[in-house]
Amino acid sequence: MASMWRLNLYNTNIDFLHWRKLAMGWSIAVLLIALGSLLIRGMNLGLDFTGGTVIEVQYPESVEIPMVRETLAKAGFDNAQAQHFGTSRDVLIRIPPHDQRNAATLSNEVLRALQDAKGGAGATLARAEYVGPQVGQELVEQGGLAALGALAGILIYVMFRFEWRLAVGTIAATVHDVIFTVGWFSLFQLEFDLTVLAAVLAVIGYSVNDTVVVLDRIRENFRKRRKGSVVEIMNRSINETLSRTLMTSLATLLSVIVLYFLGGTVMHGFSIAMIVGILVGTYSSIYIASASALYLGISREDLLPRAKEAVDERP
Amino acid sequence: MATPYTLNQYPWWKYLLIGLVILWGLIFALPNLFGEDPAVQISGARANIAIDPAFRNRVAALLDAEKLPHKRLELEADRLLIRFADPEEQLKVADVLKDRLGRDYIVALNLASSEPGFLRALGLSPMYLGLDLRGGVHFLMQVDMDATIKQVENSYVEDVRAQLRAEKVLYTSVGRAANGGIRVEFKDGAERDKAAQVLHKQLPGLQQSEPDPLSLRLTLGEPEIREKRDFALQQNITTLRNRVNELGVAEPIIQQQGNDRIVVQLPGVQDTARAKEILGATATLEFRLADEENDWAQAAATGRIPLNSRLYKDREGRPVLLQKRVMLTGDSIVDAASGLDQQSGGPAVFVTLDGKGAKRFEDATKDNIGKRMGVVFIENKTETKRVDGELKKTAYTVEEVINVATIRDRLGRRFQITGLDSTREARDLALLLRAGALASPIEIIEERTVGPSAGKENIAQGFRAAMVSLLVIAAFMVGRYRWFGVIATAALAANVVLIVAALSMLQATLTLPGIAGIVLTMGMAVDANVLIYERIREELRNGNSPQAAIHAGFDRAFDTIIDSNLTTLIAAIMLFGFGTGPIKGFAVTLSIGILTSMFTAVTGSRALVNFIYGGRKLQKLAV
Repeated sequence: MASMWRLNLYNTNIDFLHWRKLAMGWSIAVLLIALGSLLIRGMNLGLDFTGGTVIEVQYPESVEIPMVRETLAKAGFDNAQAQHFGTSRDVLIRIPPHDQRNAATLSNEVLRALQDAKGGAGATLARAEYVGPQVGQELVEQGGLAALGALAGILIYVMFRFEWRLAVGTIAATVHDVIFTVGWFSLFQLEFDLTVLAAVLAVIGYSVNDTVVVLDRIRENFRKRRKGSVVEIMNRSINETLSRTLMTSLATLLSVIVLYFLGGTVMHGFSIAMIVGILVGTYSSIYIASASALYLGISREDLLPRAKEAVDERP
Repeated sequence: MATPYTLNQYPWWKYLLIGLVILWGLIFALPNLFGEDPAVQISGARANIAIDPAFRNRVAALLDAEKLPHKRLELEADRLLIRFADPEEQLKVADVLKDRLGRDYIVALNLASSEPGFLRALGLSPMYLGLDLRGGVHFLMQVDMDATIKQVENSYVEDVRAQLRAEKVLYTSVGRAANGGIRVEFKDGAERDKAAQVLHKQLPGLQQSEPDPLSLRLTLGEPEIREKRDFALQQNITTLRNRVNELGVAEPIIQQQGNDRIVVQLPGVQDTARAKEILGATATLEFRLADEENDWAQAAATGRIPLNSRLYKDREGRPVLLQKRVMLTGDSIVDAASGLDQQSGGPAVFVTLDGKGAKRFEDATKDNIGKRMGVVFIENKTETKRVDGELKKTAYTVEEVINVATIRDRLGRRFQITGLDSTREARDLALLLRAGALASPIEIIEERTVGPSAGKENIAQGFRAAMVSLLVIAAFMVGRYRWFGVIATAALAANVVLIVAALSMLQATLTLPGIAGIVLTMGMAVDANVLIYERIREELRNGNSPQAAIHAGFDRAFDTIIDSNLTTLIAAIMLFGFGTGPIKGFAVTLSIGILTSMFTAVTGSRALVNFIYGGRKLQKLAV
């Protein structure tokens, strides 16, 4: 155990870019699967985006789902879905948007029906949400805009900060992470709601953060070391930042895992998106960003300080 | 070039500055430690109902007589707060007080921070908890603007007809066109041109176009449409505000969102059915002539009401006797605005009626010049009360005379009400007139309700997740970086304190996703320390002395830290810009967390490192 803590990742000399073709191939294959799943299976969009009603009811004792369904059907909610949520005392009921009898009072009617049924006397409302179809549509648009805005803002920042090939590499890595995370939710049909969208945006921030550190080192090493090929210097930089990359990812991963187990069911989607995003973000900052820049034909000259900068840096 | 001995030393004022920032954080975060008492809050239903020491004594006597346990009564600027040890006592007292105090007072359940008085005196308060953490209802309502414009156009149809008739222009039909606007048809072009002139002069607000030789199309101008939409929105906000007061909610939020939406947040409300009932109540107005032949006070005292009259009360509770016949109802009112009377300079309310209403009102007032006229505000409400353990719903109407004025002239489309005591009274009257005008349809398009126990559970889970996350990261950092890990943990703890302090100071809303943001920031905040420490290790390996390694580690990692934090900040700001509700809470804590973490992880931990290691001769560094 102690040896793991003292692990000297600095002394590693892994030829990461040797596998760049393999990594690229793997990434492209995974992205194709993700995109294919998005096209074929689509997203399991949550209430926030589809509109509809969700009601969470807490019973004093554990309750059988078929009984709840029967009660709901009898009360005229034929399209209602019921499932346990967390414990056997909690029931989550979904009613799709096309079944809107007076939508705004639906949650009250459902609760009343459940309370009137046998064994439902002590049932209490834990949470009720109704989202009208127009609001759902807007949230989809705003969510998409937020993601695009974040990507654009970061692209502009990275363009100013780095040479364009590295900037494109960063964005490639980030887009890769977003598609992977969203594809994961599509493939496993996990519910994609507003909090998951927030997590995806946080993944964008995190992924760039991770990548920028590696790119910073690549730039630094290009300026510092006169010897060595582009691939060698990139490998060197990735190795030098490897322990930081892994340590930070581990620390963030730990906090998100804690959130998954202790943050309650509401936070599950958020934590899963973050966990997936951090794992794939760590991989992409090692492989995708630098390999993309390499394929775009980056050279030492591209990263050497321009004349004006050289003057500025003189003491 | 400095020698390694003077490296890593901060001047005393830097330590002081950092200490002050941490102290500031501790002070602002302090109110959050004290928790909340269940409380009942009483305020006046109207401005003229005093909440004073006498009222406090009255309530105290009432509670004592009923032997209702309570912690203490606190008299504040315009409310009385009663604190309790447990929520059951709170509910019991709220029920009793609602019953005893009647409709003059608003009795609301509240959670009052139990922070000590000196903190409150300093203006410090705990974080504002979102509805998902404290329980309550959030409604997003949309005003149907198409219907609003339709209403306005319909009222113009009457006006157009009246104007054309008055000028003896021959038309075949006037009506609302299916695709919006008003269509007037004529038998020949000459009549149409005449009509165009008349309407241009009399109704300049309408824009004219000529779709074909024998008709005229009239549409509302852009400024008028904007004005009407704004009016409809303000009217609904006013009405909702009055209703929410009725509901007895301690800290309601009623806000405009966008062009045609209203957000209503009612913390602590559990009975959403009742909330919807009350928010959806309707109000109307009636104009009635005053009964000038009988003595109002006497009628009220004896209870003998003349056959053709009805007894009302005004807002101060004084009796008013009005005739039974209704001159005009509120749905004829197009606008009501407060301002100053041009002749007397006193406060006035300017009322605009629609065409049909104007005609009716002209007829009703022309023979009654010099007589008085009362405006009655009528609200249809339903109330759910517990009777013998069962919930019973009763519908009732509240009627109140909001103004009595003398008719000075034949009143038509536009008239003004003067003789008001203050501009405030004028404003109130205009608000009430608008609230009783023909309401624009409003619809609930989003609802989010969180039960109070679910809210408590969310807080408990969020708090536990944050604490465990802090401990796990601390263990991880100490395991990897030894003493430097302890320093990173101290910086992390300081970061959490600063986030809580900033949220408390800004009174930003803390939501469950907001807590997720704090937990996430913890993971990301140590990134800065990881960067620095790994760099120090690297420098040590390159053969640098411990002091030089520390110096270079902090120095070189700085650019990278700025880069990586800025990019996350960009994503957080985008999230804030586009996100709604709870997601905004995530963006807020994430942004604040990034900013504070740059301070604690870089400056704060540097100060600690300097304090411990600076100026010492180091052979080895355990990092």
